[in-house]
Amino acid sequence: MLNDIGFFALAIAFGLAVYACVAALYGGWKARTQWVESARNASILIFPLLTVSVIILVYALYRLDFSLAYVNDVSSRAMSPFLRVTALWGGQNGSLLFWAWIMAGFVMTVLLRRWEPDRELMPYVIFTAVLTTGFFVGVTLFIANPFQRLWHVLGDTELTRAVFRPANAMAYIPEDGGGLNPLLRHFGMIGHPPTTYLGFTGFVIPFAYAIAALITGQSRGDKWIRATRRWTLVAWLFLSIGLVLGGRWAYDVLGWGGFWGWDPVENAMLLPWLTGTAFLHSVMMTEKRGMLKKWNMVLIILTYSLALFGTFITRTGVVSSVHAFAQSALGPAFFVFIGVTFIGSVWLLIERWDTLKSDHELESFFSREAAFLLQNMLFLAIAFAVFWGTVFPLISELVTGTKITVGPPYFKKVTGPLFFALLLLMGIAPLFAWRKQAVERLGKAIRYPFALSVVLAVLWGYAYRAHPAAYLGLWLVVFVTLAILWEFGKGIKARTRRGENVWTALQKLIGRNHRRYGGYIIHLGVVMIALGFIGDSFLKQETQGTVAAGESLQLGAYSLRFDNLGYYAGSDGREVLEATTSLFKDGQFVRTLNPRRDYFVVQRQPVTIPGVYSTAAEDVYVLLVGWEEIGLGASTFKMYINPLINWAWVGGLMLIVGTLIAAWGPMSGQREVSYALRRPTARPQPAAGD
Amino acid sequence: MRIRKLMLAVLVFAASLLAVGVVYAQQETPNTPTDNEVNEIAKKLYCPVCPNTPLDVCETQACQDWRALIKQQLAEGWTEEEILNYFVVQYGERVLAEPQRRGFTSLVWVLPVTAAALGAVVVWQVVKSWQAARLPVQNDLMEIPDIDPEVRARVEQELRALEEEL
Repeated sequence: MLNDIGFFALAIAFGLAVYACVAALYGGWKARTQWVESARNASILIFPLLTVSVIILVYALYRLDFSLAYVNDVSSRAMSPFLRVTALWGGQNGSLLFWAWIMAGFVMTVLLRRWEPDRELMPYVIFTAVLTTGFFVGVTLFIANPFQRLWHVLGDTELTRAVFRPANAMAYIPEDGGGLNPLLRHFGMIGHPPTTYLGFTGFVIPFAYAIAALITGQSRGDKWIRATRRWTLVAWLFLSIGLVLGGRWAYDVLGWGGFWGWDPVENAMLLPWLTGTAFLHSVMMTEKRGMLKKWNMVLIILTYSLALFGTFITRTGVVSSVHAFAQSALGPAFFVFIGVTFIGSVWLLIERWDTLKSDHELESFFSREAAFLLQNMLFLAIAFAVFWGTVFPLISELVTGTKITVGPPYFKKVTGPLFFALLLLMGIAPLFAWRKQAVERLGKAIRYPFALSVVLAVLWGYAYRAHPAAYLGLWLVVFVTLAILWEFGKGIKARTRRGENVWTALQKLIGRNHRRYGGYIIHLGVVMIALGFIGDSFLKQETQGTVAAGESLQLGAYSLRFDNLGYYAGSDGREVLEATTSLFKDGQFVRTLNPRRDYFVVQRQPVTIPGVYSTAAEDVYVLLVGWEEIGLGASTFKMYINPLINWAWVGGLMLIVGTLIAAWGPMSGQREVSYALRRPTARPQPAAGD
Repeated sequence: MRIRKLMLAVLVFAASLLAVGVVYAQQETPNTPTDNEVNEIAKKLYCPVCPNTPLDVCETQACQDWRALIKQQLAEGWTEEEILNYFVVQYGERVLAEPQRRGFTSLVWVLPVTAAALGAVVVWQVVKSWQAARLPVQNDLMEIPDIDPEVRARVEQELRALEEEL
């Protein structure tokens, strides 16, 4: 009964979405306010209806209602209530419902908050945003319905999944379900999908506004950008958090000693992040200089299409195997929808190309405009390389019939130099002035950070001289960090001279221009993440060996003594094989590490959980990869030293803090006016700044 | 699919038996390859049944057998190149982590590099066109020629307000 309500709420939500699209388009076309208002009301209602569906599904997962096929797939008696609830996004059908629900939430919020100021854009914002929401609701309803039940049709050997009883069928309710994929039982994987979905779906708001601006011909102004600036930041923030959590999960659970494996699913998520980051930067050009209007449109269309593409890749598994594409109607449906969205947007953009002329021009290659453009191009080049590497196996199989693998070496080699250039630009570009940067002035601005970074690289980086790429990377990290800190230092110094103490000065500095300094903090976070990547790519050490109890494995300054191997039954239906080992550094006992192997009996899946000793400088990461029969006591361990890896997590946190600061504070009203007045040409001096 | 997997397993098993036989035949060879030497090569390979997991970290039975095979081959004195070639011949190009740089596959390398180079040219051209479109009269003082008096009044008012605030 309850499940029927969930299903009908979903069905009504779909009907409303279809209605809202038609009504909004008609209302916008004929300029009929009532139609648009009606479309708005219908769109707002989608979220509460989907909330009903989501709550009912979560409740079914919680009380283990195995009459639902989805519950049977992802929940089981052995799972804790908390895990059962998170199983909402632990499988295909639930994920899609969850996706649609979050997007409907975004749509509702934007329609409640931004109705009056953006009245004329609204019909098309509704149309665009609800079209996508409706697509996902439709997919959930018709192709991957989480309210399907299991039926046993007379004469069939396999069970049928359907919402309503097929002819000659009897309901089939299993005793226990399959349970959540063991690999997903980790805080990173519990937090990763919701944040990722928030990021993916959040980009629908700037996208819908962009399309509305194109349709209404208001794209010449930057109203759509101002209206959606904060939404873009929120979407970007969640996508970033999703990436960090995903990396942490991989590090803790997948057992290969790293956090980023250039897997198609990871890449699919990185792609909209790359173009989204480019978009965040290029809108600044439009806001402050009235330039790059066409480019913004290109970037937001790309970002949104890539977000859909990311969902497509993760949900259909098409890249690892072409055959996954045709296994359900999901692949073709997604493919068509992405195609329609992309081609439709691009066609609209071409139609409106002439309305997107730039206002200002510039004087020199040494200008912030040129730096922004170069930065955008670098982001796009990286995105293209990642995209190409991700889809190439598919293309190769389709064109030549040969299956190939594009693994991490490709991605590292191709994107490495581009990331290096991007980091360098990140260090110096914020110091460039708009229009024209005098080279001497730039030299003055960076000479101290530069000199200091060279000195530090010689002193401290000397230890890494065996790895030229790492050496160069470490220098760059130091240089960029110093260049950013220098900017903070300059501002603080100017304020302390007027008698403020350092702390107030810093607060006021950030408060006066939260976007700029928030941006710098994000940059610092990125530098730290880069540090983690440098450690992971160039400085990692590993060894593997089989040792008897009492014997040790050596790696670098560390030695790992194997003490014993224990076996016990763990929670959530797992059997745990746990090794006790003692870690020594230079002969001194550091701590006990317990790498283990969890075997999930029902799913017949092993999960390797590392034993990790973490410091700011490095992690010692130990895996139990093999063992003799208990009693013989010889076990095989894989031991990694992962230098600098923790900086990636610290950097992730820093990035979140920076984004919050940048999104904080007044974004409209007075502030906007002063931005509009601060045309660079009216400024008395061409110094650095915004 | 299952039959193929089974065949694969049988093949691998047969191959390892063969290799074991060879090793026993030349008992004297003193060098037993370490796990590290095996992993060094396994890192560059992907088995066809475990998507997206490099051979050195994959825990499935098939991958363990492959690593055992690599160990045997190393013990027999095969070079890294020979071992990699062996797997390519047996299972196709897809076992290589790093795509090859010849034939159709070379496109995976060529296109991103071309795109990046093209991007650089585009940036150059665009910035050039921006410069060319600049107003011909250059005002070094950067004074705005005819600023709306209303706007100017507001600017000054804002500046005053800012000063007071500081």
